[in-house]
Amino acid sequence: MSIIQILFFALSAFAIISAVMVLISKNPIHSVLWLILVFFAISGHYILLNAQFLAIVNIIVYAGAIMVLFLFVIMLINVKKDSEPQKQFLVKLLGVVAGGSFLTLLVALVKQTGQLQGRTLLMKDGVIGLIHPLGKALFNEYVVPFEISSVLFLSAMVGAVIIGKK
Amino acid sequence: MQTLTNKALAVQRQPMTFWERLYLINIIKGMMITFSHMFKKQPTIRYPEQKREFSPVFRGLHVLNRDEEGRERCTACGLCAVACPAEAITMEAAERMEGEENIYREEKYAAKYEINMLRCIFCGLCEEACPKDAIYLSETFAPANYTRKGFIYDKNDLLIPNPLTNANDYAKAKGVQA
Amino acid sequence: MTLLSFDWALIIEKLILIVIIVLTTLLITLYTTFGERKVAAILQDRPGPNRAGPFGLLQPLADGLKLIMKEEIIPTSASKWLFILGPGLAMTASLMTSAVIPWGTDVHLFGRTIALQVADVNIGILYIFAVVSMGVYGIMIGGWASNNKFSLMSALRAASQAISYEIAMGLALIALLMTTGSLSLKTIVADQAAGHWWNVVYQPLGFIIFFICAMAECNRTPFDLPEAENELNFGYHQEYSSMKLGFYLFAEYVNMIMSSAIMASMYFGGYDLPFFDETTVAPNIAAMIGVGTLLIKIVLFVFLFMWIRWTIPRFRYDQLMNLGWKTMIPLALFNMLLTGALILAKL
Repeated sequence: MSIIQILFFALSAFAIISAVMVLISKNPIHSVLWLILVFFAISGHYILLNAQFLAIVNIIVYAGAIMVLFLFVIMLINVKKDSEPQKQFLVKLLGVVAGGSFLTLLVALVKQTGQLQGRTLLMKDGVIGLIHPLGKALFNEYVVPFEISSVLFLSAMVGAVIIGKK
Repeated sequence: MQTLTNKALAVQRQPMTFWERLYLINIIKGMMITFSHMFKKQPTIRYPEQKREFSPVFRGLHVLNRDEEGRERCTACGLCAVACPAEAITMEAAERMEGEENIYREEKYAAKYEINMLRCIFCGLCEEACPKDAIYLSETFAPANYTRKGFIYDKNDLLIPNPLTNANDYAKAKGVQA
Repeated sequence: MTLLSFDWALIIEKLILIVIIVLTTLLITLYTTFGERKVAAILQDRPGPNRAGPFGLLQPLADGLKLIMKEEIIPTSASKWLFILGPGLAMTASLMTSAVIPWGTDVHLFGRTIALQVADVNIGILYIFAVVSMGVYGIMIGGWASNNKFSLMSALRAASQAISYEIAMGLALIALLMTTGSLSLKTIVADQAAGHWWNVVYQPLGFIIFFICAMAECNRTPFDLPEAENELNFGYHQEYSSMKLGFYLFAEYVNMIMSSAIMASMYFGGYDLPFFDETTVAPNIAAMIGVGTLLIKIVLFVFLFMWIRWTIPRFRYDQLMNLGWKTMIPLALFNMLLTGALILAKL
């Protein structure tokens, strides 16, 4: 087993354990902190794919900014264990249906791995995650979707400001 | 309205100009002021090595005085205790015995004389009240102590050294001012 | 990806470099606390600490010893693991920045060329950014785990302040990156050292914005709102004692040194000594001169931080937010547009 494979499995185990901890932690703050660890594990995967830019941006944006806001909100509303409302039967049923569908989706995906094998990115050899190729790709081939998504962000920002002003 | 002094300044209410709103200029001005203080003379007196000179009217720790023959002047009249606004002074009087004439000047003397330095406000009224010139305030102050008890100074702590047997210490205790 | 292949000599070399850098940083930090007190004293016409050792030089050791010997108190209602994790995280995040700073030109030792930089990643600046954004967690976790309202409030303050100023900082950096065309700190410094002007000449406004934001990120006065005693008692480290408190305090100073190093590298030529041709001396000596130059620049910046701290009073919180969102971000955006326009005009 090469060093990259060892790292891959270690990171995957780390990511999965952290993700499970996000779900089973009773305290929402602990959940958020475990989620941050998940983001770190994913960034590690990006680095294994030689996508350093994506790895760092993942940390800056998700772990550094969005999770801080999450933490903010949870710290301020101060969720207590006993104040958690009792879930209704219908809600639980819906949860089971949604979770089950997602599980089927995942199983279907795993079954297709044979087809996907030829298309996966090569470990440590890919260049698309580096800053130059990524920039070139974004501003040449994908410039229209890129600009459209920026317009989307702008409208979201304007909307947030308007809601905030009320 | 007429102003009492010519030092009053009218408050400026007009909005700040662009340069004032930048703050940067005033910040740099302030920083120059603090920078200039780097080269100013420090007024600090490094205490244990250097000591500040007391003013000639400084009122410090009390001293019980002796006369030229080394006899205690205090007669335990209690006027100082009465004069004391902080009620820091207590004393007990005793009669002079035969053969003690060279220790106590008068027939009555203070067997016990205590000043609580935590209560004392060093006003000097005891010094003024004393008819025998027996108590005066020196140019030292009470040093720090670990206990409250240590601040109750008894006669041994207050009495000035004998000028006949211990002239050196007497001169030192008297200080320059006397 | 050379780090992952087993080039043992390289790993040992990097490990030694890391140990040296971390130890030197901690030592400098120790003496920065001393320097802070001395600078404060001198600016206020006082002698400052002068009892421990000659000129008080042993004062930081005495302070450290005192912190270690103090009783360690963990509040019963605190979340124990997070309470311990907080200061550790703050310290780690501040030390991790040192990995991408180029401390000097290459050194030739034992037939090897050793780069005086732990990791020459081609996204160095983004890495710094990521680490800085991690630093907030140390404060937030510590403040929350203390289970104290004041700690929590000041942790939230610290976080919102850091997030607000990170934006302006990033925008100021983007303008710089437009002129340098590289995200690698090594390239940026090498470009400046190779006869060009320092970047501050091209980006004066960007530098001022970056400097102010760096001060806000380090929680230094006038931006030390998380530690505002008059409204928050003591700040996010209110419940901390002993060396855990020391870690928080040290982390602030390490942050200060690191941001000084970053500013020196990005805007003031890093290890480049002006008006001096490094090729005239042996490469090892040139590298040493470079390290010395960078250290001097860091010390000057740290002094500037302290000088500002002991001159300017603290902001009010709404003023801080106004400055961040209504002044710094528009200014940074303007700076970015101006830089872009100038680059286009030149082409």
